[in-house]
Amino acid sequence: MSYDASSTLDLETREAIDIDRSKGDFSFPERHKYDAGRGLTEKTVHYISDVKDDPEWVREFRLKALKVFQDKPMPTHWATKDLDNIDFDIIRYYLSDGEKPKRSWDEVPPEVLETFERLGIPEQERAFLAGVEAQYDSEASYSNMKEELTKLGVIFVNSTEGLKEHEEIFRPWFGKVIPTGDNKFSALNSAVFSGGSFIYIPKGVKLKQPLQAYFRINSENFGQFERTLIIADEGAEVMYMEGCTAPKFETSTLHSAVVELVALKGAKIQYVTVQNWSSNVFNLVTKRGLAMEDAEVRWIDCNIGSRLTMKYPGVIMKGERARGEVISIALANTGQHQDTGAKMIHAANNTTSNVVSKSISVGEGRSTYRGQVHIPKHLKGCKNNTECDALLINSHSRTDTYPAITVKGNQHATQHEASVSQVSEDMLFYMQQRGLSEGQAMSLAVNGFINDLVREFPMEYSVELKRLIDLEMEGSVG
Amino acid sequence: MSLVITDLHATLEDGTEILKGVSLEIPAGEVHAIMGPNGSGKSTLSKVVAGHESYVVTGGSVTLDGVDVLEMDIDERSRAGIFLAFQYPHEVPGVSNANFIRAALQARLPKGEELDAVAYYKDLYTKMDLLEMDRKFTARAVNEGFSGGEKKRNEILQMMMLDPKYCILDETDSGLDIDALKIVAKGVNAMRSPDRGILMITHYQRLLDYIAPDHVHVMAAGKIVRSGGPELALELEEKGYDFLKEDALASA
Repeated sequence: MSYDASSTLDLETREAIDIDRSKGDFSFPERHKYDAGRGLTEKTVHYISDVKDDPEWVREFRLKALKVFQDKPMPTHWATKDLDNIDFDIIRYYLSDGEKPKRSWDEVPPEVLETFERLGIPEQERAFLAGVEAQYDSEASYSNMKEELTKLGVIFVNSTEGLKEHEEIFRPWFGKVIPTGDNKFSALNSAVFSGGSFIYIPKGVKLKQPLQAYFRINSENFGQFERTLIIADEGAEVMYMEGCTAPKFETSTLHSAVVELVALKGAKIQYVTVQNWSSNVFNLVTKRGLAMEDAEVRWIDCNIGSRLTMKYPGVIMKGERARGEVISIALANTGQHQDTGAKMIHAANNTTSNVVSKSISVGEGRSTYRGQVHIPKHLKGCKNNTECDALLINSHSRTDTYPAITVKGNQHATQHEASVSQVSEDMLFYMQQRGLSEGQAMSLAVNGFINDLVREFPMEYSVELKRLIDLEMEGSVG
Repeated sequence: MSLVITDLHATLEDGTEILKGVSLEIPAGEVHAIMGPNGSGKSTLSKVVAGHESYVVTGGSVTLDGVDVLEMDIDERSRAGIFLAFQYPHEVPGVSNANFIRAALQARLPKGEELDAVAYYKDLYTKMDLLEMDRKFTARAVNEGFSGGEKKRNEILQMMMLDPKYCILDETDSGLDIDALKIVAKGVNAMRSPDRGILMITHYQRLLDYIAPDHVHVMAAGKIVRSGGPELALELEEKGYDFLKEDALASA
């Protein structure tokens, strides 16, 4: 048996790559009371607003966003042409059973409970989480938080409840970090958003355990558009984690979220993503955080799976000494394109940003890094460090790096490093000679490559990440 | 019980023949040495037995205790009991020595069975002590930034941990100073057992001063041209390879 790149082209291999979806690759018959139907018009938006009983300002916000979405061209002039393959007319934009999220797993419909049981969510909640929200298609089925946090004034609800029950905190920040017109997909999300979390951590409250959201797509030709807004008040600290899966359908599925983070003076927000989408999901997500004086926003982003992921988490450092960080790991297997990166916008003196990106391309998988660092002339004492490392496993894979670093003025420090390395035949031979199968050897090599970043993950998630990589690499052996 | 190589022919992918009919038997319990000039095919022999895919076997056979080795994948050969100590061990960035060896041992266990971590570390530390390796080695990435001597010691450590039936050591002595050589030899000698066969590939008599072979073979131009006892190595040291090449030609 020879490990040759060209041998991974055949159909059998393509199918083998998807073996790893076993955990997430199942679905239940649909049982939706509310279905907005296929395609996107003003009628769709009104339907969603009616079902959700939106306040008038939200309905207007949506309709305005729809117009922006329709007017904006697809960004294929800089991004992949694959975007043209999204058929907005066959997608279903809202599916729900009309139930409010339950506070107890016992009240969740059996098939939904089974879905999340199989994904291990209730178990993780018991083990190490402060609160969980579990979204099934358009709406959260379950949402609960430890009682003591409620007493502290922590708010952890879905976006619908957030905008209705907590308008005074929600509305001033909603759509402010990521304006509707930021890009075509943020406009799309703004028009049809449903689900996602609204979190408010009061002044000085530091959560010891993470809050978690899990986004599950169960239905074919469906678009999931959750909207998350997290506000950490002065001196507050929170870690939020999200996981995502979908079964593998014949046709493609769209996931297009908007996530806005607001870290007020001295606050700290860490947002961890471990996504494992099936290989036909278009994952087009806009994520950005605002860090005020002495605040810190960290994105820890791990992208496995999907057909196309486009995601460039950003931090706007608006207050002095604010810190922004993006740590990302992307694994692109055959048939997948991970187009990821980071945006660091320095808007105050003495702000610091750090970007560490590691991408792995396997088979014909393609990874792209796009980075933007912006330091204007009138500021002083800003620092940026950017490191992008790419690992190629065989010659058919492709990796590109597009760093854009704009630094004006001469009182700043920036540093950019990029490397490309390969898992060579001789390296695999060495490892296999010690008794590791080809898949195990590749898996170990990949785990070694990202080892220093995995340490940034909470333990439970790094175990899950390692498991996903093992499965992905086992499945990629031709 | 032996590793038997019979009339082995192998070429590079471009068809250049490197092994031109090598026959060799290494019974369990014996230490054999192969000597020979550069380019004689010694290292190629070790890689072909281990299953390196840059070579094409065009004839002959290799069996391990009667089982066909050439049919096996690289990792199957390893788990069946063939260990190759590399002349130039590859780096595995980001993977610690401890995790690497652990993964290799785990790969030998039946599915679902977990390696006993406490027993593993105890065993690892005992063997590291014998090879006079600092405990810090466990946390260092495999061969990354290792000196030549450290790499070789690490190969011997892996060999001791994996407990193979047949060990092939490819120029383990090259790049070692005398102190490191003595330590490596100590490790190899500790591995000598009636149940294990060892094949050492070397240029120099020096290694054989510390690890006494039962048999010595001389390889030239892709073949074993002469075999004998330990005295052959001494003769070689004295007379050089030219003499043997002429000898081989004369007897051919």
